[in-house]
Amino acid sequence: MAFESLSEKLQNVFKNLKRKGRLTEADVKEALKEIKRALLAADVSFKVVRNFIKTVEERSVGADVMNGLNPGQMVVKIVNEELVNLMGSETTEIQFQPGKAITVIMMAGLQGAGKTTTAAKLAGIFTKKGKKPLLVAGDIYRPAAIKQLEVNAEKQGVEVFSMGDQVKPPEIAKAALEYANKNNNDVVILDTAGRLHIDEDMMSELQEIKDTITVHQTILVIDAMTGQDAVNVAAEFNEKIGLDGVIVTKLDGDTRGGAALSVKAVTGKPILYVGMGEKLTDLEQFYPERMASRILGMGDVLSLIEKA
Amino acid sequence: MIFKKFVDSVFSAFSKIDEEFYEELEEALIMGDIGVEATDTILEELRNKVKEARVTTPEDCKKLLKESIKEQMEVRDDAYDFEEGRAVLLVIGVNGVGKTTTIGKLASQYKDAGKKVLLAAADTFRAAATEQLKTWAERAGAGMISAAEGADPGSVIFDAVSAAKARGVDVLICDTAGRLHNKRGLMDELGKLNRIIDKELADVKKETLVVLDATTGQNALAQAREFSEVTDVTGVILTKMDGTAKGGIAVAIEAELHLPVKYIGVGEGVSDLKRFDADDFVERLFA
Ligand SMILES: Nc1nc2c(ncn2[C@@H]2O[C@H](COP(=O)(O)OP(=O)(O)OP(=O)(O)O)[C@@H](O)[C@H]2O)c(=O)[nH]1
Ligand SMILES: Nc1nc2c(ncn2[C@@H]2O[C@H](COP(=O)(O)OP(=O)(O)OP(=O)(O)O)[C@@H](O)[C@H]2O)c(=O)[nH]1
Ligand SMILES: [Mg+2]
Ligand SMILES: [Mg+2]
Repeated sequence: MAFESLSEKLQNVFKNLKRKGRLTEADVKEALKEIKRALLAADVSFKVVRNFIKTVEERSVGADVMNGLNPGQMVVKIVNEELVNLMGSETTEIQFQPGKAITVIMMAGLQGAGKTTTAAKLAGIFTKKGKKPLLVAGDIYRPAAIKQLEVNAEKQGVEVFSMGDQVKPPEIAKAALEYANKNNNDVVILDTAGRLHIDEDMMSELQEIKDTITVHQTILVIDAMTGQDAVNVAAEFNEKIGLDGVIVTKLDGDTRGGAALSVKAVTGKPILYVGMGEKLTDLEQFYPERMASRILGMGDVLSLIEKA
Repeated sequence: MIFKKFVDSVFSAFSKIDEEFYEELEEALIMGDIGVEATDTILEELRNKVKEARVTTPEDCKKLLKESIKEQMEVRDDAYDFEEGRAVLLVIGVNGVGKTTTIGKLASQYKDAGKKVLLAAADTFRAAATEQLKTWAERAGAGMISAAEGADPGSVIFDAVSAAKARGVDVLICDTAGRLHNKRGLMDELGKLNRIIDKELADVKKETLVVLDATTGQNALAQAREFSEVTDVTGVILTKMDGTAKGGIAVAIEAELHLPVKYIGVGEGVSDLKRFDADDFVERLFA
């Protein structure tokens, strides 16, 4: 529904224009107003939108309209290319340590984002790749967090390392790594409690974990439905603990997923996977093009452009 | 104090009400997650009011804006009537917004007020959902009815209703599994739970609260809309207001669906639930 309205609006903007070979400033301004609204409706950060529109405007004004496209499609094509660029042009995989060395992955994020579920999903993916992951129960605060991880791990056929809820997470992490060494695990996935990016104590807990053991991949788990605050959250996590990648969850909601773009724009870190459901197999590779179409809400228009 | 000054200075730099000033307001509203459309409506009305009332200073204009949002968000006096006598609360929402935690907080408030509270663990889907609610029930000193993982949530509700009647419970609070509003099957299931409660507890005040995460953007409007389709939503609980998100989407939700925010969640502790205050909400929106 939303996407028809954007493409319709764009068609209307350009309807009255004769077929031109070149985009004028006035054409572009009109179109960009609609695109700006579409991006904001998709929850792309206000500031990111502002910069983005500037870039697109610079590229569009004076651009030659390609054969088979109308001016509207031409602007959309440029917008799409820029969106894809912003989100990273290719799919990024989690890098494992060479040989038998253990790769340590730490999940981080706000409360309820999907860390525990995603940790179990990742364990499943790694198992399929021939790895032997160990899930570590590092959330000692949320009621039944350990049990939740255990139930999910059992479904995945993966072992959980837990020390109950009385030992501090950095200590748990250290002991887990020792255990993994003895147990021949080659991937350690550390689940952590949800925390606010402005909670100093909780943020330094993550830093302490990283001071205690070597974490190879710190992954921010973020809800696709997040609004304008996504940039604050991502920037703070990146600044305070350092991120290596991002996983965007709950993309199976009818969200346009502007949070994904915003997070990538402020951290520069790649989006590794997207969560597409509650089932433990619902974790998919991230494709920037698909996300761009989704944010624009113009999947079909884009395929039209591709054909042209 | 210093903080307050800093906040006000964002706007006080303007000496007259011009387009640039309106753009600044627009930015504040959109950054607060109010959304493009609701923002358009609000600013259009504001422009009219500014003309009518012959407002000339940015200060007064901003005051006018705050006043009108505040007025819109004000909760009616009868919003908490359900807390007086016997009541059943159905708590619903998408995944991870804070339903179970909020129920724990509510249970403890009602318990402290001397009520007999029973919880229904009707999230039989998520791993350890029942164990999580059980911890909260113990913290509050409330009873709980539950079933095994994978059991029919309808039968949990049915059993809980029967137990509530038999034990002379004052407040029954039903936890439900998180479900995305665009999943037909799960939404239908919720409709079913709603009907069981209506049928079995026809003589008791029913409150259906949709829990929304303040961090959520435009999607929350779709959530509120869809949940209202399958149940009789009577109010919103806005959680995670202790973060930096403003929860502005609640304004768009009130405008379209006339659903008041009744509570806000401000932390993970048992006492971190407050009645909604329109004044605080608006001040925070522009802070
Ligand atoms: N629909 C959907 N639900 C998801 C997805 N990922 C996680 N969830 C659900 O979101 C809710 C929260 O997930 P958790 O894994 O408990 O989130 P968390 O970040 O560990 O939460 P805390 O530990 O409390 O901070 C659960 O109901 C999950 O089933 C997803 O990709 N799609
Ligand atoms: N900071 C903060 N965290 C909260 C608040 N309310 C809930 N949480 C946290 O959010 C996370 C999810 O809360 P739950 O109560 O499990 O959410 P839910 O809606 O029951 O989740 P599902 O049953 O998985 O759909 C937990 O880590 C809670 O501690 C709040 O007001 N502020
Ligand atoms: Mg968790
Ligand atoms: Mg729950």
